[in-house]
Amino acid sequence: MTGFRRRPLAAAALAVGVALAATWSLLPAAWQALTAVKPDAQITAVPAVWIPHPPTAAHVRALWERKPFGRYLANSAGISLCATFLALAAAAPAAAALVRMRPRARNRWLLGLLLVSLFPPILLLFPLYEGVRALGLVNSPLALVLPYAAFGLPLAVWILEAGFREVPREVEEAATLDGLGPLGRLLRVQLPLAAPAVTAAALLTFIASWNEFLLALSFTTRDRAKTVTAGIASVSGASLYEVPWGQLSAAIVLSTLPVILLVLLFERRITSGLTGGAVKG
Amino acid sequence: MSALPRVLPAPRGPHARRARRERALLLVPVLLLLGLVVGLPALRVVLLGFTRTELADGVRSVWAGLATHARTLHDGRFLSALRNTALFTGLSLLLEGTLGVALALLLHERFPGRGALRAAVLVPWALPTSVMALAWAWIFHDTFGMANDLLERLHLIGAPVAWLAQPGTAMAAVVIADAWKTTPFVALIVLAGLQGIPDEVHEAARVDGASAFQRLLRITLPLLVPSLVVALLFRAVQAWGAFDVVYVMTGGGPGGSTETLSLYAYQSYFRYLDFGYGAAVATQGMLLALALAALVVRLASRREEA
Repeated sequence: MTGFRRRPLAAAALAVGVALAATWSLLPAAWQALTAVKPDAQITAVPAVWIPHPPTAAHVRALWERKPFGRYLANSAGISLCATFLALAAAAPAAAALVRMRPRARNRWLLGLLLVSLFPPILLLFPLYEGVRALGLVNSPLALVLPYAAFGLPLAVWILEAGFREVPREVEEAATLDGLGPLGRLLRVQLPLAAPAVTAAALLTFIASWNEFLLALSFTTRDRAKTVTAGIASVSGASLYEVPWGQLSAAIVLSTLPVILLVLLFERRITSGLTGGAVKG
Repeated sequence: MSALPRVLPAPRGPHARRARRERALLLVPVLLLLGLVVGLPALRVVLLGFTRTELADGVRSVWAGLATHARTLHDGRFLSALRNTALFTGLSLLLEGTLGVALALLLHERFPGRGALRAAVLVPWALPTSVMALAWAWIFHDTFGMANDLLERLHLIGAPVAWLAQPGTAMAAVVIADAWKTTPFVALIVLAGLQGIPDEVHEAARVDGASAFQRLLRITLPLLVPSLVVALLFRAVQAWGAFDVVYVMTGGGPGGSTETLSLYAYQSYFRYLDFGYGAAVATQGMLLALALAALVVRLASRREEA
């Protein structure tokens, strides 16, 4: 591996850079993980005790007893999965249509979707809240699934369209000659052949849905209807100064673990999804 | 690319018509969902901004023309929220732009463990903002927080800082939390731009005797400006509408010093039940963001032409 050989100074600078980048990215999350298993006396020690001795599961247990935390996690998972499925189900046919359009019409569509995705959520919150209340959907998962799917749509269409464009025209034409209609082509040819793009679109929609806070906070009032982001906001005490930090850290770790796992498993897919659209556009 | 369709004759005949109808049908689900969740609500909120909310007996919305919008002109809290939003957006972009470019340059190097570092660097981007905002509030805790502990051990501060209790430091803490989360996005876009720079460009400069530093300054940095502009443009619009990180970390405090437009609109609507004014604040905030984005795009494209 001659490509790795450097002058000593450059190698040292690189090593420092790598250490700083890893520390900056991971230390804040690591500090939470340490707090989550630290006995209370060490949480409030000055100067800070970094390594818990011995580690304790008391905070996780207390959290589980005080809050329906398993329910929050299940709600988040269910709502995010449904939103992801719905977003892909709507985005895939649209992407298939866009691929067959003339470039100018296609670009106009893609630009329009991009503009829609830039709308600040606060602007849509009030009318959506009115609608959710009028339809009696407060505390219903549907009140979150539909908006999350819609918010995920623009990026999903961008990613899928780019993926479908890689499918050779001849393959599609052969499928048409074999008697497949647009839906058949989509399900049997385009989606399977563009599997990496489908994965990327699904991952990004899922993560965005899992992380959404504003709507979750506003559309759920009952504890058992909350997602993790809204639920954690209710773990804290009356003010920032009577917060049960051990329990809160445990909650933070439990709610972020699923997305951390997704990142570690699918880093390349996520990166390609994030950069593909932005760089081409 | 755009010349092509003009040369081709427009497809005609029953077959082409059927293909067009098929395409239109395929777009229906997207249009339906976006119309329901984005289109109609956007229209509704803009209209709501032209009403006055009366709480006398029950809540009533009365048409008020531009009167509700005009209130922002004399509203000190609106102007302060506007200033805070601009400051937050500017500082956040500055920090994540700098860190993002540095990270991208680092990840562009070849070294053992680069794949692991790329995954590690992406982690902050994927974590829920509202949840990590709580984590940052804990990090910036005045007595037991990690920030004060580290800074004291490094002898950078003599006494603990009450980060979230003073206006200046509270804004700094919120900006740091936001930049931590969003730097990976900037870094990845810039990295993709870096990977698009052909090796020959660097080779040619090396042959001409340019040092590594000169190559960075004269070649790499100028060539990654387009991708940096794209990344920061996305980020500017998002930062301008920031809600989660501020709401959770400071609630807009202390003394409204970190209250952004989104937060003020939210408070007007949900706390003061002043629906019309909340809608007006949100609408004006978005119009300002659009104007800002248009200005940046204008400047960027003019520079490219020159």
